[in-house]
Amino acid sequence: MAIFLNENSKIIVQGLTGSEGTKHATKMLAAGSNIVGGVNARKAGQTVTIGGQELTVYGTVEEAMKATGADTSVIFVPPKFAKDAVIEAIDAEIGLAVVITEGIPVHDSAYFWAHAVAKGNKTRIIGPNCPGVISPGKSNAGIIPANITGPGHIGLVSKSGTLTYQMMYELRDIGFTTAVGIGGDPVIGTTHIDALQAFEADPDTKVIVMIGEIGGDAEERAADYIKANVTKPVVGYVAGFTAPEGKTMGHAGAIVSGSSGTAQAKKEALEAAGVKVGKTPTETAELARKEILR
Amino acid sequence: MDLYEYQARDLFAAHGVPVLPGAVASNPEEARAAAEEIGGQVVVKAQVKTGGRGKAGGVKLAQDPAEAQELAEAILGLDIKGHVTRRVLVTEASDIAQEYYFSFLLDRANRTFLAMASAEGGMEIEQLAHERPEALAKVAVDPIAGVDKATATAILTQGGFPAEIREQAAEVVVKLWETFVAEDATLVEVNPLVRDPQDRIVALDGKVTLDGNAAFRHPEHEQLVDTQAEDPLEAKAKAKDLNYVKLDGEVGIIGNGAGLVMSTLDVVAYAGQRHGGVKPANFLDIGGGASAEVMAAGLDVILGDPAVKSVFVNVFGGITACDAVATGIVEALKILGDEATKPLVVRLDGNNVEEGRAILDRANHPLVTQVDTMDNAADKAAQLAAAGA
Repeated sequence: MAIFLNENSKIIVQGLTGSEGTKHATKMLAAGSNIVGGVNARKAGQTVTIGGQELTVYGTVEEAMKATGADTSVIFVPPKFAKDAVIEAIDAEIGLAVVITEGIPVHDSAYFWAHAVAKGNKTRIIGPNCPGVISPGKSNAGIIPANITGPGHIGLVSKSGTLTYQMMYELRDIGFTTAVGIGGDPVIGTTHIDALQAFEADPDTKVIVMIGEIGGDAEERAADYIKANVTKPVVGYVAGFTAPEGKTMGHAGAIVSGSSGTAQAKKEALEAAGVKVGKTPTETAELARKEILR
Repeated sequence: MDLYEYQARDLFAAHGVPVLPGAVASNPEEARAAAEEIGGQVVVKAQVKTGGRGKAGGVKLAQDPAEAQELAEAILGLDIKGHVTRRVLVTEASDIAQEYYFSFLLDRANRTFLAMASAEGGMEIEQLAHERPEALAKVAVDPIAGVDKATATAILTQGGFPAEIREQAAEVVVKLWETFVAEDATLVEVNPLVRDPQDRIVALDGKVTLDGNAAFRHPEHEQLVDTQAEDPLEAKAKAKDLNYVKLDGEVGIIGNGAGLVMSTLDVVAYAGQRHGGVKPANFLDIGGGASAEVMAAGLDVILGDPAVKSVFVNVFGGITACDAVATGIVEALKILGDEATKPLVVRLDGNNVEEGRAILDRANHPLVTQVDTMDNAADKAAQLAAAGA
């Protein structure tokens, strides 16, 4: 089992013909993902060959879904056009939309999130500003390198791309059911809580690793959720203890405002919920290893 | 980006939010001229991006232009909580009948916007929320539906605004919403929003935060950046399109990915506890690419920081291959030549790590030390910084 993405997922790429879309579609195909087409209104009807595979470019997500049975879209379109692309995916009621694009204005993200809610949340949105989701050995939707590790019994949810890769690497001998990068923007679709809920319900996931960072209170809310609802061991890591107040640290959402959003508060909330929190990524990996070998 | 009060006031005025007549001045003569233009009593207000200006002596009432000039002279240069006053805003002195609070902001937890309104304005919002939470209305705003007059009136009613001015205030609130949306703001706050004796509603002080991600549709926001107040190293990095934040330590940091770089800062700070208390000198995320040019630009900025005693390059090759990063480091050191004088600790892991390490081994640069784990590399960098301090 895995969460959100599995061997049956049929993937389309919005922005397939762009440089990022083409580059990462090639890697996804190499990792065994079942990519069934692309979307670009201006190139509708064309066929592109990517990684030795012929893919049809459709005019809309809806057309692509009708023609291919796609249930997952990975979105690589530039920030300027991302809002419309996500709304198109929501209107087509695709099951999963993974928004890789970094730099989307928060008014646009808040708008498409409100649109998703108004449409009854039929589309799970992951991101924006995220590396996507990988269920090793099954499918890869996004830009997480598929060659770091294989399938196993750890579930990983993280706000950060490179910390996801680092953690997968540290635990490469154990492997993962699914690793979900939920993104570093202030407004994101799928949250830590959504992933925790799905990992709790996934029989193959034995241990959950949760990576957070400064900004907002998602980790504190996740801690409350864990206390009340998660029976599996959860190991945590929080980045940004040394971040100064009022400075955005790379991710648009990574900012300590006044006394809120600090790493210390997040760590304390997680520990109070029984989560073992590592001081460094390596220590966190060791904690997860102990749990899985227990 | 947080704006100065006078910049917020300009945006308000551009969107039809009533503000007092006034002008910004960067020297006492300009302040005098502004006061002459306005006529009568004026208020001279320090322009700093922090609260507590009044208590610090940064807001004063002047009876005439000569006094406005004197006050501006005293306020300009004033240090308010570490912020040096470089400009003053001179505005008409208003007659205040009542002070209210109003804001629109991003509500991250609920992934929507929030309106906050209170008939008890004037004090800091944190204090109001703490002392009189029942007096502060918090109303979710649907980003799609937005705020029309009926919605505005409902918010103001919840905030306890008096019935007789709700109509006028609602018109102002609609214009504040227009400002919030049209300018891609994440915060528009008016505190106080005042009612004058003629029942007119005026925004007396304003705070606006703009979304940097929306810069592509607001080229005009670029001119709101206060280049004078920027850290010179941050300005240099920005000119090279680098994601850099200056900190006050001794270990320069370069890494890829925001999360990994934040984590690197923390790990270096822990290691520093064992090595004379050295700390990270900066945040620098070179992103996925990590080409020789980006690496050279990054190293150039970091080595330009006199506080830096050692540099820690921490890269996990995900999309980027480690051999490309290693080549980038070698090429960067060639580009920098004699300007590179501080020891570099490099930790590479992930994609093509053996090739990457081999490239650095072959280059055998006297400044470069390779360490194979992040924790050990942080320790080495901290040790070298402590030794060089």
